[in-house]
Order: sequence, then structure tokens, then C-alpha cells
Amino acid sequence: MDTDDEFMSTVSSEDDMLPDDSDNDISGDDDFGFDDEPDPDLGIQQDIGQNKRAPYDVSFRVYEPQDIQQQQDVLIDEVNMILNISKEESAILLRHFRWNKERLLEQYMDHREKALEAAGLSQTTSAPPKLEVIPGFCCDICCEDEEGLQSFALKCGHRFCVDCYRHYLGQKIREEGEAARIQCPAEGCNIIIDARSLDLLVTAELTERYHKLLNRTYVEDKETLKWCPAPDCQNAIECGIKKKDLTRIVPTVACSCSHRFCFGCILNDHQPAPCELVKKWLKKCADDSETANWISANTKECPKCNSTIEKNGGCNHMTCRKCKHEFCWMCMGLWSEHGTSWYNCNRFEEKSGTDARDAQAKSRVSLERYLHYYNRYANHEQSARLDKDLFAKTEKKMVQLQKESGMSWIEVQYLSAASMALQTCRQTLMWTYAFAFYLARNNLTTIFEDNQKDLELAVESLSEMFEKPVTELADSRLKVDIMDKTSYCNKRRIILLDDTARNLSEGKWIFNVEFSNPTPISGPSSRK
Amino acid sequence: MAGFATKRLGKELSKINSNSLPPGIELVSADNFEEWFLDIRVLDNNPLYLNEIYRLKFRFSAQYPIEPPEVTFVKLADRPIPIHPHIYSNGIICLDLLGQQGWSPVQNVESVCMSLQSMLTGNSRNERPAGDEEFVRANRLRPKDIDFYYDDNNV
Repeated sequence: MDTDDEFMSTVSSEDDMLPDDSDNDISGDDDFGFDDEPDPDLGIQQDIGQNKRAPYDVSFRVYEPQDIQQQQDVLIDEVNMILNISKEESAILLRHFRWNKERLLEQYMDHREKALEAAGLSQTTSAPPKLEVIPGFCCDICCEDEEGLQSFALKCGHRFCVDCYRHYLGQKIREEGEAARIQCPAEGCNIIIDARSLDLLVTAELTERYHKLLNRTYVEDKETLKWCPAPDCQNAIECGIKKKDLTRIVPTVACSCSHRFCFGCILNDHQPAPCELVKKWLKKCADDSETANWISANTKECPKCNSTIEKNGGCNHMTCRKCKHEFCWMCMGLWSEHGTSWYNCNRFEEKSGTDARDAQAKSRVSLERYLHYYNRYANHEQSARLDKDLFAKTEKKMVQLQKESGMSWIEVQYLSAASMALQTCRQTLMWTYAFAFYLARNNLTTIFEDNQKDLELAVESLSEMFEKPVTELADSRLKVDIMDKTSYCNKRRIILLDDTARNLSEGKWIFNVEFSNPTPISGPSSRK
Repeated sequence: MAGFATKRLGKELSKINSNSLPPGIELVSADNFEEWFLDIRVLDNNPLYLNEIYRLKFRFSAQYPIEPPEVTFVKLADRPIPIHPHIYSNGIICLDLLGQQGWSPVQNVESVCMSLQSMLTGNSRNERPAGDEEFVRANRLRPKDIDFYYDDNNV
């Protein structure tokens, strides 16, 4: 097949084959030492300052479960050493202060009692927790008072029998999913149970769940940490992008499980569209898309109040249920002007009718405009899905190709690279349509659309090559073509993202919708 | 598991039978360990509740007293639903100590009755909760599955 040769170099270097984000995860600078309060301006200003990083890139780190555990352990050890309190108590304090060690230390030094009480700790003692048999003890929960009943009390001294404690903890951990803030069962007592006491009281299975829940609260408590949303992935991602930055950057991160998602809203990667537009778009699609086509084909709007009306039978005399406007379904003109020629509209020339039809046409245009963008968005979404299915077949193809053409494993990797490129580019293209839907018409938008067109053409032609049968794929000329096209697609994608991200961070885009929290920007106002 | 609630309720019942309940609280029936009925009345002269007796229904799960009991007012010919800004006209009570967060296993039937008693005694507002009608019409949830907002600590 014909390819657009003018864009191609004959050889493509290896690092062009992959989308450019793969080197992100442990990228050089150590901004995110977890024991430091993250720099409040981290993210945008620094990103712009550092020329090395592309404007659409954010720095982030991937943490595996043992890293998350270790981070907590390190912090706990530090507090344990500085304050000379037990590790369990350090952990409770840290959780209370949402793992902000500096604030904890400050508060602890200034108002020790108050900090301890707020966190659910009483005066600290170093005696390890233990089960005791107290003569004459009667459990307040089960009212049991038999001899030799084992009982347990936290530092508050509220004593209950072991059996009740187990029931209580089981209920909290298993049913209510609590861990970090399980309080003493006594009424109004807010002393928090610590990990060591818990270990003493419950089964290993429950302890495991308890620690899992604790880990979860660690990640959820920290603004800079988020779980990777991919199914079965247990990693967390650290990124310094704050909520307020989201109008100026789209923080796409990639987990080591290869899932790419937006750190701002946890949805799949939606570059170049910022989170808020994505939210608006998805809502619009959920509200509109299924029905919009049908509406477009089967309904008209009331010429007065624009309510959508379906004519499901009967005569042409319409009375709007909402505003009681009476009009003719055929010409959309006032019914009162129809005189006696009822039920038979031949009044095409009348002014009221043409006016009404004009207004109608306008509202149809806005619907058509939406459908234009939606159909392209949906198309890429679907194609990306199909490409994903294809990816599953790619491996088979690669093995087959190795057999038939005698190529080595490394020599057929270009197919996997092409498949990757197709998926990432389609993901981006999909969101360019949602983005464009909200863009006001101006020169920047024209440039954007040119970039979009270039990428789209390249992606479609790569997609076509990629689908060829194995016999043709073995042709070394096609292989070079695919490699070139892959590289070209990736480059076009980066150019597009680069351009949109730069303008976004400088506030240059003009949207036809309002952002809920417009950031102060130097460029023109963000509203039309 | 089931034995846990039964054991505790058995002890509560024998304590009630031997020591009798505080004034204004009476056990109506406790035929099983799933559902009990009690009557309460206020002890002062609060005009909102004067000369009235109210019927309470307690439902216990197998997890009682780790889980709170489900407590509601019941409407009968001579047992109205008390008027109170935290009591819906279908008898559902919005009280933090009956929710999972506010409940403590140390509480018991007697202490819950006393809390409700004092909740009535302390009230001077002759009104139902906001949105009572809507709630009573639309609610199909069990009280424990309703997310109450305990926003008002004064009543």
C-alpha cells in the first residue's frame, strides 16, 4: 500500500518505538523524599523551569506494597526515636497527623497532652499489653463473671473479657473495615487500639486484614499518594500534583503494571483534555449520547421554549406541554395564523414559520456539533478496544512470523511496538475530540486541529498496515514501513501533547465553558 | 455466634427481672432474644409528652451487643410516636448512640431506654425532623442502613 513517504525517514532509532513516557517512573530528581513536606509548588513551576521534562510530563514514583510498608516503618522509627515512645504509639500519632511528621513533632513538643489525647492515646507507659485474670472481674459486655476469665484492658483501664474483645475487633475489622481508628469498646472512650494489643487478641488472619487496612489508610491519608486503579494491582503512585494545578496540567502517570492513568481523577489517561473538561464531557455523554441521535431524527423543539417534542401521532396542531405555546408541527409557525386551514399546513412562506425554523436549525446545529465530536471520540474508543484485541493476537502473529520468516524474537518486536503506539495514540486522539468540543474557535484551535489531523491520518494508516496478514508482514519493506510509521505516530502524538500542555500551563486556551476554579493566568481570560 | 447475643440478653433479662427497671421504663414483652418491647414515659412535666406512654421495639442481631440493636418507636392506638426533631413520624430514631459509630457494646437495653427518656425530657421543640414526610414516604431501608447526619447536638 501507499504510505505518506514524505514524513518518513528510512531508519528509525529504537527509542522512538515506544511512547515517550516509559522512562518516567523513577526519574532522576528526588523531589519526593517521603519524609519531607512536599514542596507546595512542586509540579508546574518546577516542570516549566526544568527544560528536560516535556510540558505534558509530571514526575512521579511507583511504590510496591513492601515500599509502602517500609515508608511507614521508617517514619515510625524516626518518631519512635525522637519522642521516645513505643512504635505502636508512634504509628497512632502519625496516623492522626496524616503522616505529617513535622506537624506531629511540633504539636507534640508544644502541647504533648493535647496531641496525645486527640490521637487517642493516654499517658504513655512502656509496659507491654497482656491478658490478665482478675479475681471478681465481671465483663460489662457479656456480663460474664466466672472464675479465671481472661480479660484485657487498654491504657484507659476499661477491662473486658477476651471473648468480647475478639468479637468486637472482628466486627470492626471484618465488617466495618476499620483499622486506624478502632476505639476502646467502652462508651465515650476514644483510646485507640494499637497493633501490638491487637496481635495479642485476634487470629493471624484478622491481623493480616488489619495491616492491609492500615496500609490502605496510609495511602489514602496522603495527598501525594494514590492507588493504581488497575484490577489486582497493589502499587501506589506518588505525585506532587495538587488539585488546584489540575486546570493547568494533565498529570498522566504510568504504573509499573503498565496501566496509565490520570493522577488527578484516577480515570484512564485522558491527555490532552484537563480533568474538569473530561468530567463535563463524560457527564454530557452519559446524559446525551444514547438518545441524541434518536432525538435528532425524531423530534423537534418547541419554537418558544425549546423543549424537545416528539410527535407520536395525531394532527399537526401542537400545544407545548411546558409553555402552552401552540404551533404547527409542519411549518413550526404560530397555530393562530393557520386560520381555518386546520390540519393541512400549506403555509410554507409565512414569516413566523421561517423564524421558528431558523431558531430550530440553530439548536440542531449545536446538537450536530456535539455529535460530530462524540462520534469521533466514540470511534477512537472503540478502535482502541479493537486494537487491544489485536494486541492479544499480535503475540501469536509474532511467533508465527518467527517461524515462517526465520526472524529472531528481537526482530519481530516492531509489531509489539506498533501495537503499543496504536493504543496510546488512539487514547490520545479520543480525548482530543472531547477537548476540541470545548475549544473556542481561534488560531490556536486551528493549529490544534492540524496536529490532530496529522496524528489521526498517521494512526489510521499504521492501523491498516498492522492488520495485514502474516505473509505480507514478513516482507522486509513493510517491516520498515511499519517501524517508520510507528515512530512517526509517536512523534506526532508528542508534538500534539507538547503543544496542548504548553498552552494549558500558560493558560492560553480559550474554552467555551467555564472552569469551576479558574486559576489566575497571564494570558487572555479563560472564558469566551 | 448466635450464643453470644443470647447469653448477654439472657443476663440482661434476669437482671431486669430481679432488680426492676428505673422509673418510667417498663418491660412489655421479651418472649425471645430477637425482639423486645418496652414502654417509656417522661418523668417531668414536659408538656409535649405529658401523660403519654410510648412503645419501643428493640430488634437484636446475632452480633448484639457488638452491633447496636435496632430501636424504633411503634404506633398503637394508645401509644403515639413522640414528637421530636430527631424522631420521624414512622418511629425511626436518629440518635448517634444507636449508630455503628456511636454505639458501645457496654450499652444495654436499659441504658438505651434511659437515653431516649432523657432525649425526650430535654426537648422543647414541637416539631418533626426536616423532610419527615418525604423520608417516611420514600424510606425502605432498615434504620441501621440509613446514613444519618448527627449534626445537631443541642436537642
